[in-house]
Amino acid sequence: MFRNQYDTDVTTWSPAGRLFQVEYAMEAVKQGSAAIGLRSKTHIVLGCVNKANSELSSHQKKIFKVDDHIGVAIAGLTADGRVLSRYMRNECINYSFTYESPLPVGRLVVQLADKAQVCTQRSWKRPYGVGLLVAGLDESGAHLYYNCPSGNYFEYQAFAIGSRSQAAKTYLERKFENFTDASRDDLVKDALMAIRETLQGETLKSSVCTIAVVGVGEPFHILDQGTVQQMIDAFEIVGEQEGPDAAAGQEASAEPEQGAGAGEGVAPMDI
Amino acid sequence: MVKQQANWSPYDNNGGSCVAIAGADYCVIAADTRMSTGYNILTREYSKICKLADKCVMASSGFQADVKALQKQLAARHLIYQHQHNKQMSCPAMAQLLSNTLYYKRFFPYYSFNVLGGLDNEGKGCVFTYDAVGSYEKVGYSSQGSGSTLITPFLDNQLKSPSPLLLPVQDAVTPLVEAEAIDLVKTVFASASERDIYTGDKIEIVVVNATGIRREYMELRKD
Repeated sequence: MFRNQYDTDVTTWSPAGRLFQVEYAMEAVKQGSAAIGLRSKTHIVLGCVNKANSELSSHQKKIFKVDDHIGVAIAGLTADGRVLSRYMRNECINYSFTYESPLPVGRLVVQLADKAQVCTQRSWKRPYGVGLLVAGLDESGAHLYYNCPSGNYFEYQAFAIGSRSQAAKTYLERKFENFTDASRDDLVKDALMAIRETLQGETLKSSVCTIAVVGVGEPFHILDQGTVQQMIDAFEIVGEQEGPDAAAGQEASAEPEQGAGAGEGVAPMDI
Repeated sequence: MVKQQANWSPYDNNGGSCVAIAGADYCVIAADTRMSTGYNILTREYSKICKLADKCVMASSGFQADVKALQKQLAARHLIYQHQHNKQMSCPAMAQLLSNTLYYKRFFPYYSFNVLGGLDNEGKGCVFTYDAVGSYEKVGYSSQGSGSTLITPFLDNQLKSPSPLLLPVQDAVTPLVEAEAIDLVKTVFASASERDIYTGDKIEIVVVNATGIRREYMELRKD
């Protein structure tokens, strides 16, 4: 009701104590194509859906290597994501240069979050319109973080962002208890399954998605299309049997997604 | 009033010699492993050789603290290049980067005398030789460091590589086979360590060829 009066500047509060510009930035994340992440004790897998503007163009790059031990998948304004990836890469290089050791992931996400917060408190800036799934390995183990435009960050066992991510989240919620001790290959298969949930009926092919892995003894790298297609073929046969199950799950999860965005309920960044 | 002079120097010379020889499909880069200061030996097992990229290796003698700082700078710049271009830097590209990095500190130089060796984009061996402020040249072979005055004349005699500035353009690479070049390097260091007090202990020999990078060692006089 009051949104239109208080949503022009990021530095204007609404009477209900919300910053609408920041919430609109988080809306931009929801519009981007899906990105998912999941982790075990020793590995983290990132995946994203490749969306191309038209049949003639290439798809946008949504997964970036930040360092040998850190990678990031983005959803939302990919240009903002590219700029933030460059920032993260520089931070990692500078830290390595000074301390001759890899930047702990927890430190990096805090720096990223602080950088995002600055844009929520300057009248001449706008919040970054991109959500980042940061996957990293350090001395304290495997980590997956989600950084949002509000400047908040959370650690996850598994998460999905972007359009139709609720379908993937439902799948991940069902399976996440198995992830901690899962093998690397099982983790990748689960990632592919989660991506398939977001495709809603479209065939899962290696040209439609990108997968990246980082783990103990395995520096961050994006899997090549051939490998990904092999893994898809390996479980697709099993996938057909699981078909009816998945379809039923999606119908139930479509509803809650519409409810959350509209009203004057809890501000999304406070969850 | 006489101008005040500094009573300390920011530089030290840790001695040592470096050599690189370019072949048709390989490159040999070698350096001794002795690190000295004044008339003392700091350690007999210090590597002066650093791998900068997949097919690019640098050997540096001089002030090793500056050498270490220079190596770190180049490694960081190489990472940035890889992020931006999705590939390793070629040897000629790294050669230019090294030159620019050295000249950047023209008025407080890296006390580092470098030879860069590796394979160019076509897989041919290439060697670049530098002074402390970045002046560089592509050559068929080179030697730097405390033993260079003893080593260079011998290499001139054995390799007789033509200047890259001559016309018609001639191949700077040596017609020697890889094994012969390594043998030559061993001979050259053995000779240099006879008379140069800063060269000795061990040689570290790095060979870059199509199959990758390999390392070998040879003992030298310890005196």
